[in-house]
Amino acid sequence: MTYTADEMMTVTAARALRDGMTCFVGIGRPSEAANLARATHAPNLVLIYESGTIGAKPGALPLSIGDGILAETADSVVSVPEIFNYWLQPGRIDAGFLGAAQLDKFGNINTTVIGADYADPGVRLPGAGGAPEIAAACAEVIVIIRQSRRTFVEHVDFVTSVGFGDGTGSRQRLGLTGAGPSRIITDLGVLQPDPETSEFVLTGIYPGGSVTEINDRTGWDLRISEELSELPHPSDSELTALRRLVATMPASKPGTAQPAAATAKGASR
Amino acid sequence: MLRSTHSCSLSGLSISFRYVHSRKAAGCGEEDWYGVAEILSLAEAVAAAIRDGDAVAMEGFTHLIPHAAGHEVIRQARKDLTLIRMTPDIIYDQLIGAGCARKLIFSWAGNPGVGSLHRFRDAVERGWPVPLEIEEHSHAGMANRYVAGASGLPFAILRGYRGTSLPAHTAGVAEVTCPFTGERLTAVSALRPDVAVIHAQRADRKGNVQYWGITGVQKECVLAAARSVVTVEEIVDDLDPRPGAVVLPSWVVSYVAVVPGGAHPSYALGYSARDNDFYVAWDAISRDRAAFGSWLDEHVRGDAR
Repeated sequence: MTYTADEMMTVTAARALRDGMTCFVGIGRPSEAANLARATHAPNLVLIYESGTIGAKPGALPLSIGDGILAETADSVVSVPEIFNYWLQPGRIDAGFLGAAQLDKFGNINTTVIGADYADPGVRLPGAGGAPEIAAACAEVIVIIRQSRRTFVEHVDFVTSVGFGDGTGSRQRLGLTGAGPSRIITDLGVLQPDPETSEFVLTGIYPGGSVTEINDRTGWDLRISEELSELPHPSDSELTALRRLVATMPASKPGTAQPAAATAKGASR
Repeated sequence: MLRSTHSCSLSGLSISFRYVHSRKAAGCGEEDWYGVAEILSLAEAVAAAIRDGDAVAMEGFTHLIPHAAGHEVIRQARKDLTLIRMTPDIIYDQLIGAGCARKLIFSWAGNPGVGSLHRFRDAVERGWPVPLEIEEHSHAGMANRYVAGASGLPFAILRGYRGTSLPAHTAGVAEVTCPFTGERLTAVSALRPDVAVIHAQRADRKGNVQYWGITGVQKECVLAAARSVVTVEEIVDDLDPRPGAVVLPSWVVSYVAVVPGGAHPSYALGYSARDNDFYVAWDAISRDRAAFGSWLDEHVRGDAR
C-alpha cells in the first residue's frame, strides 16, 4: 500500500509504545498514534487523557480530550486536580506524548509564542496546557512534530516544556523526575538523544528519504548517528487500522487536528 | 451573621464573608443565608452575580461548559472582566471578541482538536476589540491554584514550571523549599474568583447541584469563589445517586438557573452530545471580525432567554 509521510510518522510513533504501558495522551496526532497502537500491537495500552479519564478505550478517535466517549469507556474518571496531582506528578505514568510548534536540539518545546517579544508576539499559540508537567514527570516523553526550519530551531522563542535544558545534567539540576524525551518522531525520520550530551541526533530515516533533505529541514547543525538505520514501511494492517481510526474522527480532517501544527502549517514544507 | 464574626484574619473564612454579603446584596434575608441557593432565571442570576470588573471563572473541562451563561454575560454587556479558565475555548473566544474582558488568566487557549482561537489571538496580537492582558500558567498550576482557593490557603505547591519560561512572564509563581526535605518546589498563588459559573446536569428544588461524567475542576472553582451561578439541564425532586457524581450542597451555591442545553456546543453527559461540527465551524465564523459580529448579533444578542 502507498502511504503519506504523515502516516509513516503516526505509525512510527505507535510502534514506540509497548503493550501494557501507561500513556498520557494529548489530542491530535498523539491520540491517533496511541489509539493505533492499542488497535494493533498494544491492546493493553492504558490511555490517560488530561480530562481525568484513566484507561479510556475509545472505539472512535475523539476530537477533544473531553469527548464523552473517553469518560464512557474509561476504567476511572477523576477530577482535573487529581489527574495532575495524584497520577502524573508522582511518576506513575510511563510515557507522555507531546506535539510542538518549535523545538531545539535538546528537545525543549515551545507551544506558547512565536517571536522574541512575549508581550507583542508574532504568533500567539495556545500555551502550556498539561505539557510542562507531562514533560517533567512521565518516565519518558515522545515528541511528534512535522520537521522544518521553522519548527526545528537553534533556540526556541519560549521554553514551554523542558526536554534536556542546556544538555546533560539540566534535568537533575531542575529536579525533573522523568527521564525526558526519548525520541522525536517527524515526517522524515526519528531522532534520539546522544547518551553523552543529550543532543538529539538522527537515528532513523524513512524508506526513500534523504539525509540531505533532513538537514535542509533542520535549523541547527544536525548530527547523524553512526548507526543510522532505515525504518520499516508501515504494514498493510497498520495502515488499514490507522485509516479506519482517522475515518471515525468527527468532522475534522487529518493533519489539521493539532493546534500547534495548524499554526505552523505554512512552515511545514 | 454567624460566619462574618470569624472572618477577620483567615482568608478561607473571608470567602464566606464575601459570600454572605453577596447573598444579602441580592435581596436574601439574613435568616436564609445558609439555607438554599436561589433558583432564578438565567438573566436574573447573571445580573445578581456578575458586575463590571469582576473576576469570573467559567469552568467545565470540555464537558459541561456553561455557554448559555456566557451568552447572557454578553447580552448584559458586562465589561472589564477578568476571565479565568483553564481552557478558554469557544466560550471565552466569544466573550473576548464581544469586548467583555480586560484580562485573561488561563493555561491553554485553543479550539480543541481544531486550531486557534481567532478572537483571542486578535485581542492579544492586535488589541481588538480591546487590549487583553494575559496571565498564563500550566494546567497543573491552574488546577492547584483553584485547590488552594477552595482550601482557604494562600498558595499551592507542585513540582512544575522549573526550567520553563513561564515564571519570567507570570506573576504568582515562586520557588519554595520544603521545610522537611529541602526539595525545591513551585508555589502558585491561590485563585479567588468573585464569581464561579458552571453548568450541571441537574439540581433539586433546594438548589443542591449534581453533575457527573468528566467532572473537571468545577468543585474547586465554586468553593474558591465568593459567589456562584450554576445552570442546570433540569430540576428534579430527588437527586438519586449516579456513579462518579459530584454533589455541591445548596449552601455553597448562590444561584441556580434552569437552562436545558445550556452547555451547547459542549455537552452534558446523559442529556446531549458534544457538537463537534460546531467547534469545526467556529474556525471560519471567528476568523473574520465582521462574520463574528454577525454571528453574535444573530445567535447571542438576538436570542434573549
